[in-house]
Amino acid sequence: MALLNLHLKVWRQKNNEDEGRFVDYNIQDISTEMSILEMLDVLNEKLIKEGQEPVAFEHDCREGICGCCGIFINGRAHGPLKRITTCQLYMRHFKDGETIVLEPWRAKGFPVLKDLMVDRSAFDRIIAAGGFVAVNTGGAPDANAVPIPKHNLEKALDAAECIGCGACVAACKNASAMLFVSAKVSHLVRLPQGKPEREKRVFAMLNQMEKEGFGSCTNTEACSAECPKGISMDVIAQLRREYFRASVRQEKE
Amino acid sequence: MKLDSKIPAGNLAEKWSNQKFNYKLVNPANKRKYEIIVVGTGLAGAAAAASLAELGYKVKAFCYQDSPRRAHSIAAQGGINAAKNYQNDGDSVFRLFYDTVKGGDYRSREANVYRLAEVSSNIIDQCVAQGVPFAREYGGLLDNRSFGGAQVSRTFYARGETGQQLLLGAYSAMMRQVGLGNVEIFPRSDVQDIVVIDGRARGIVLRDMVSGKIESYIADAVILATGGYANVFYLSTNAKGCNATAIWRAHKKGALFANPCFTQIHPTCIPVSGSYQSKLTLMSESLRNDGRIWVPKDPNDKRPPNEIPESERDYFLERKYPSFGNLVPRDVASRNAKEMIDDGKGVGLTGKAVYLDFAEAIQRLGKDSITEKYGNLFEMYEQITNEDPYKVPMRIYPASHYTMGGLWVDYNLMTTIPGLFALGECNFSDHGANRLGASALMQGLADGYFIISYCIGDYLAQSKKDKLTTDAPEFKQAEKDVSDKINRLLNVNGSKTVDELHRELGMVMWDYVGMSRNAEGLTKAKKMIKDIREDFWKNVKIIGTNEEINQSLEKAARVADFLELGELIAEDALQRMESCGGHFREESQTEENEAKRDDENFSHVAAWQYNGADKPEVLHKEQLQFEFVKPSQRSYK
Repeated sequence: MALLNLHLKVWRQKNNEDEGRFVDYNIQDISTEMSILEMLDVLNEKLIKEGQEPVAFEHDCREGICGCCGIFINGRAHGPLKRITTCQLYMRHFKDGETIVLEPWRAKGFPVLKDLMVDRSAFDRIIAAGGFVAVNTGGAPDANAVPIPKHNLEKALDAAECIGCGACVAACKNASAMLFVSAKVSHLVRLPQGKPEREKRVFAMLNQMEKEGFGSCTNTEACSAECPKGISMDVIAQLRREYFRASVRQEKE
Repeated sequence: MKLDSKIPAGNLAEKWSNQKFNYKLVNPANKRKYEIIVVGTGLAGAAAAASLAELGYKVKAFCYQDSPRRAHSIAAQGGINAAKNYQNDGDSVFRLFYDTVKGGDYRSREANVYRLAEVSSNIIDQCVAQGVPFAREYGGLLDNRSFGGAQVSRTFYARGETGQQLLLGAYSAMMRQVGLGNVEIFPRSDVQDIVVIDGRARGIVLRDMVSGKIESYIADAVILATGGYANVFYLSTNAKGCNATAIWRAHKKGALFANPCFTQIHPTCIPVSGSYQSKLTLMSESLRNDGRIWVPKDPNDKRPPNEIPESERDYFLERKYPSFGNLVPRDVASRNAKEMIDDGKGVGLTGKAVYLDFAEAIQRLGKDSITEKYGNLFEMYEQITNEDPYKVPMRIYPASHYTMGGLWVDYNLMTTIPGLFALGECNFSDHGANRLGASALMQGLADGYFIISYCIGDYLAQSKKDKLTTDAPEFKQAEKDVSDKINRLLNVNGSKTVDELHRELGMVMWDYVGMSRNAEGLTKAKKMIKDIREDFWKNVKIIGTNEEINQSLEKAARVADFLELGELIAEDALQRMESCGGHFREESQTEENEAKRDDENFSHVAAWQYNGADKPEVLHKEQLQFEFVKPSQRSYK
């Protein structure tokens, strides 16, 4: 364990109307065993004691699964490492004396609420538009009635691991939500249970994505590179196939 | 107050079927006239909101997170139990029921637990139909793993992310109903009070966490599905926002609080590394399928683990409990780890850890097989500790994880306030004094998908509709109480942060009301908690105002409630002068230091009634009847 002294540049914005600005803070004796959120806890304790307003940031489970946290750290969604969320980034990955820049996700679809917090409710509306299998409770057949090949199942689960953090949107030049939407489409269409609604689903979710102000896919793969769950570009390719398939079928009908 | 559990008569296996038939029904066309509030959108809450909306009720669902998909059920790793007997290893509804009652050390209600076991199979079917990708074998059928306290393989799983996949299933079912206009969601809502009118729960008062507005919502029934209160310990495996506010407010409005001292310490968590630590990360119980727990035989042995030869290691669980080995229930595993550490055999820099070793399993099954089963847990461990568990054994230590206690409910999941229901972890009903692994997900979904939809119809069919609105004086009073409390918090302007005070409370809870308890310590703890509470109201410092996002204010309101609940936990632990499950009283142990129950005096549910500020709560007892399982000294040897 070592101790670090750091220089922070933190985005401060009182609310959605405020313009916002970077504010500089110096912080001492940060243990390399701390997570970056624990470092922010220490900063906030200090600010409160000094009578200054603490930095607002989203967080909950602090173990990389709830999808709450999300800070743009030194120009990267969830920081410099691959396949982790902000809460899983430990201070041992920073150097003594380093400057760390902390910003909120920046995207039209994610308005800033305060400091490092944004509104990601657009994701909920995209799911409500079609990100489900329309079955009611009760009356489900036995779980083993339809065998699912292990390979398909594993692929579906790879896509289903999306935590809805929004890093894909933050990383994208067009602030597209393509990886998020594709992950859900891919998860469900790879399973027999998701097939009956496949055409309806892909249209509904993409329409909602556009309505929410997310841009089009850039094909630059920044989303997948920054995804804390490592969701692969394959899901976007699959969404395109699904969209094409659905369009052709719609014309036929 | 007479506690009536309303357990239906008849044979165990017929109780639930009979009860469902006897319930009054609401005509399908009338269901849309009823509004139901659901607080919490974890497995129990989201499942309830979805199922009730599918039936036609109008549902409003509230959560404190920015999206209902983030509820802490999402963090459950290992799996969900169900009596499918897909493995042909002798499982049955009765065996799951029996294991759960025994695992809970005979402090749960037989009828509730049997119902839970009975609906467990439907849960798996339902989830698969929703597209939950449970692990499968090459032939395409579902796979199972084993969990503590069971000798059959009945745990369904999706890698180490079972909770996430189940929650996303329930969340999508609920969001489908949002799209259809039957559920309205209210994220970033901090429920601050429950409103009772003419003896019935009729609504809630909340603080909008963005604008700070205090708002009221009215309904025909209120469901709390708000999870557990393990954050009373400050450090726990719960999410930072998990809180007891809604159930504590309900308690103060007349809902009895049952068995608050039944808290679960999970044996396999990543140890604390420093005072800044903000939470503890669980390493799933499923790891005990293949990981072996050990400490060096000699307390002075400070060699790195890989240099300690087999003959100088003590695989203490395998040694003491040959038939269950590393898969003993959580309370037993935690207590034994503590014993080793108290004997000075703890490992790592702080000496507060034991090893969980996969070397033998990696040799036996190959690294790839271990990666497939536990890959994400191993990654998580390495991120936090900077050590590679494929090469060196994990260091683990027990941490506060789950609370079996909660609001008292009858067989119909209704609290002592008519119209107020409690589902999932926030009620007390199914796990007795210790919950078995992979049973929390089962209970949350059982309550939400398959139980509440029946119970609530019976209640609504018998309650009269009226024209009340949130202008009723009871709502106005509750709004005023909430505003007053917030103003009081903001005006203290002392010198300590909320986290400092919460940490102080956590230390007292862990030291005196944690894994091992005694009368002297508990009496001391009660006094210390009271002192911290007084200090809190004199010294807490919150910056900013109510009319904005104010995370310190949110935390302060929660800690204020933990400071009251903590004292009740200590009081309950003090009066329960026996050891059972997770509640270990040093005064009551067998010669082999196992928990010793006292069935003659304590075979009851302790249900506490609020009696006004700073007055002792009144204890009511619900005697437990064991007709179908004979309580015995629990043995896993």
